[in-house]
Amino acid sequence: MDAPGVVVIDAGADVVVIGAGMTGAACAYYAARAGLTVTVVDRAGVASGTTGAGEGNILLSDKSPGPELSLALHSVALWRELGETVGDAQIELERKGGLVVAASATEHDTLAAFADRQRAAGVEAHAVASHELPGYEPHLSPHLVGAVHYPQDMQVQPMLAAAHLLRAARATVLTGTCVVGLLRDGTGGIRAVRTDHGLLPTSRVVNAAGVWAGRVAALAGVELPILPRRGFVLVTQPLPELVRHKVYAAGYVANVERSTAGLEISPVVEGTRAGTILIGSSREHVGFDPAMSLPALRGLAAAAIRLFPILAGVSAIRAYRGFRPYSPDHLPIIGADKNVPGLYHATGHEGAGIGLAPATGHAIAALLTDRRPHVDLRPFAPERHHVHL
Amino acid sequence: MSTYDLVVIGAGPAGLAAAVTAADAGCRVAVLDAGPRPGGQYWRHRSGADAHSHTDWAVFAGLRARFDQLHHHPDAALWFVESRPDDVGPQFAVHTHSTVVYGRRLVIATGAHDRVVPFPGWDLPGVVTAGGAQALLKGQGVVFARRVVVGGTGPFLLPVATGLADAGATVVGVYEANDPVRYARHVGAVLGAASKSTEAGRYGWRMLRRRVPYRRRTAVVAAHGDEQLTGVTVAAISPLGSVVPGSERHVGCDGLAVGFGFTPQVEVAVALGCETFMDRDGSLVVRIGPDQATSVPGVYAAGEVTGVGGAKLALVEGHLAGDAIARSLGRAEPLRAGERSRLLRIRRRLRRFAAALHAVHPVPAFWPDLCDDQTLVCRCEEVSAGAVRQAVRELSAGDARGTKLLTRAGMGWCQGRTCGYATACLTAREAGRPVSSVDLQGHASRTLMQPITLADLAGDD
Repeated sequence: MDAPGVVVIDAGADVVVIGAGMTGAACAYYAARAGLTVTVVDRAGVASGTTGAGEGNILLSDKSPGPELSLALHSVALWRELGETVGDAQIELERKGGLVVAASATEHDTLAAFADRQRAAGVEAHAVASHELPGYEPHLSPHLVGAVHYPQDMQVQPMLAAAHLLRAARATVLTGTCVVGLLRDGTGGIRAVRTDHGLLPTSRVVNAAGVWAGRVAALAGVELPILPRRGFVLVTQPLPELVRHKVYAAGYVANVERSTAGLEISPVVEGTRAGTILIGSSREHVGFDPAMSLPALRGLAAAAIRLFPILAGVSAIRAYRGFRPYSPDHLPIIGADKNVPGLYHATGHEGAGIGLAPATGHAIAALLTDRRPHVDLRPFAPERHHVHL
Repeated sequence: MSTYDLVVIGAGPAGLAAAVTAADAGCRVAVLDAGPRPGGQYWRHRSGADAHSHTDWAVFAGLRARFDQLHHHPDAALWFVESRPDDVGPQFAVHTHSTVVYGRRLVIATGAHDRVVPFPGWDLPGVVTAGGAQALLKGQGVVFARRVVVGGTGPFLLPVATGLADAGATVVGVYEANDPVRYARHVGAVLGAASKSTEAGRYGWRMLRRRVPYRRRTAVVAAHGDEQLTGVTVAAISPLGSVVPGSERHVGCDGLAVGFGFTPQVEVAVALGCETFMDRDGSLVVRIGPDQATSVPGVYAAGEVTGVGGAKLALVEGHLAGDAIARSLGRAEPLRAGERSRLLRIRRRLRRFAAALHAVHPVPAFWPDLCDDQTLVCRCEEVSAGAVRQAVRELSAGDARGTKLLTRAGMGWCQGRTCGYATACLTAREAGRPVSSVDLQGHASRTLMQPITLADLAGDD
């Protein structure tokens, strides 16, 4: 029964990346730029997991000062670079800026204080008074009391971005290939990746398997506490431009940092190159339940209309669901596994994975080539969650 | 809110038969249908229409007489189906634009729509699907063009051609890409469905009378015109199924009705998590057991969604589904045991006939070669065959969901109903492998089954 496992299907890459989503693609890209040969395996297809079910957020606006914001600041700089290398149009990178709006005076005060702290940490944030709002977004509800404009926020088409980074990396991409084992040598280090199609000899493995990263880690006898958080996105019919920025309600920030089990809705509304408007975001901790939740879709629609009353008469034509990978402290897991030489983890970015991918890949590439990462990775160390089995 | 014993989705032959059979046994039944009048595509008719041009109209009239005891919701485009089991058992909520209908059992009898296969010029005004031409004729009495070419494959081309000719169009030719002589290899299956063979004979006779030329192993390989269709190129097809070089000739026409079989509408089944598989004709269909039950408790399927096989098979499956549901709810048994086994025998025979039909009339293997890189595949999002191929070749898209995410093919207004099959096939072809159910599933999932305004979606929230 082991027959497929002994067939060597790869000449042996310097590094095997597990997961062809945005994070895996960024790891492959920066590893290749550092001179390594890369093979990427995915049990399904390129961007077929969380990447293909997201909105392509590249946000500073929702990050409190701290380790995640440092990672995000580096990432924003790298995204700009990637846009120039690969071409903004190729990956639909739009430097459109974000607009965080407040519906009440209390919300506005909280938002203003939050923006002050972000500014101190290097984020560009400009207060926008209610009378200035139509200049930013002509169709916003007139009942909003104010906003903060974040010019560094961007949007990208994440599937195209992942595919183009893999292409630029000249990585060998094996889709429809499931990793079933991580083989170790006499000293415990990685020797090969066993897939359902055969063996991939390598001494270094990057676990970028997103919500399934825990299962990959378990193949090496390591526990990685990655959990799925379900979210839905509604897509409207194609329209002439109605929404210019990434617009979301100040309540979104509070939701991202919370971990209650119930359904949370905080509207994020944005246009795309294709003319559709994407409406996120709902969050539920319901495991891998794939069912579409009508209450969640209803909540998204209602919340979007509260921000943009003009959307009431616009049709939704589809909805999609994704599972965001998160860790107990809501920080990503990035770094070398202390217990398994040659194993690196890059996962747990929750809803921020697209934005944080380049900095993550950049840091992993540094570790793979024994260089010092640009960002301090200690807060993201895998061992902060480790329990050895 | 009242809960029906059974909600039937679709009022074509399968849905009507299921509804009437279950109602006769004492079930409370609601029927939802997108059309204004019961009958589905097969018995599509204008208000007050009689038997003119309809097959088996007496069967329909009989069903409709019993149908009046049911709660019929016409013009009910459903946009969402929820499974909400409670202490009593399975329960489903079916959302339409005007109402929500609850039921303990569900019959999916949503039928099929035309399978669209692109070729150069297929998107020109004047080119319609065979089913589209038929629907215009039956539903509105409209003949879509004056000089018409009918092309593609399958026995459905015959009623379309004769219908158009009877209504006054000049049918320049009927071009069947496959070779019906191959029915000889399926003698058992064909004789087993004798009425089907005489039906074909009847259409043949009507075509002769109208002097409609019929060419087998001939295909429409391109449509021409600037703003409007002015003609097509037809070519001979070799016995091995490829276009014979040099055989191309031009045929002038202002209308082309093209049919390559049907794609079952399985989105309700997919949304509820019912198991699906790829049928012999390359369509994704719902897997059912002997009593028409799907893999999801309480959900039944009948008619084209379980495998394209025509109206007679759909009727039989509908009766069997209605019977099984009434029994599962502990009602009087609508069918006597003898009648049930007779229907099961007929179902087996008609399935064999359908399999023979699929074997003789496959979608021609040459069609992807006809599509140059500029040929549109997805009209809604204007995605070309070249873009799909490039996504596979250069961006590592491994399956049809991959090409969808990378090219937007299937993401537009029709949600892949038109281009799903073609995108799946082109993707598999470029990846150098046969098309699989995974490719087809990539375009079969439609959570929102119809567009809905955000205000309606938000509802009372």
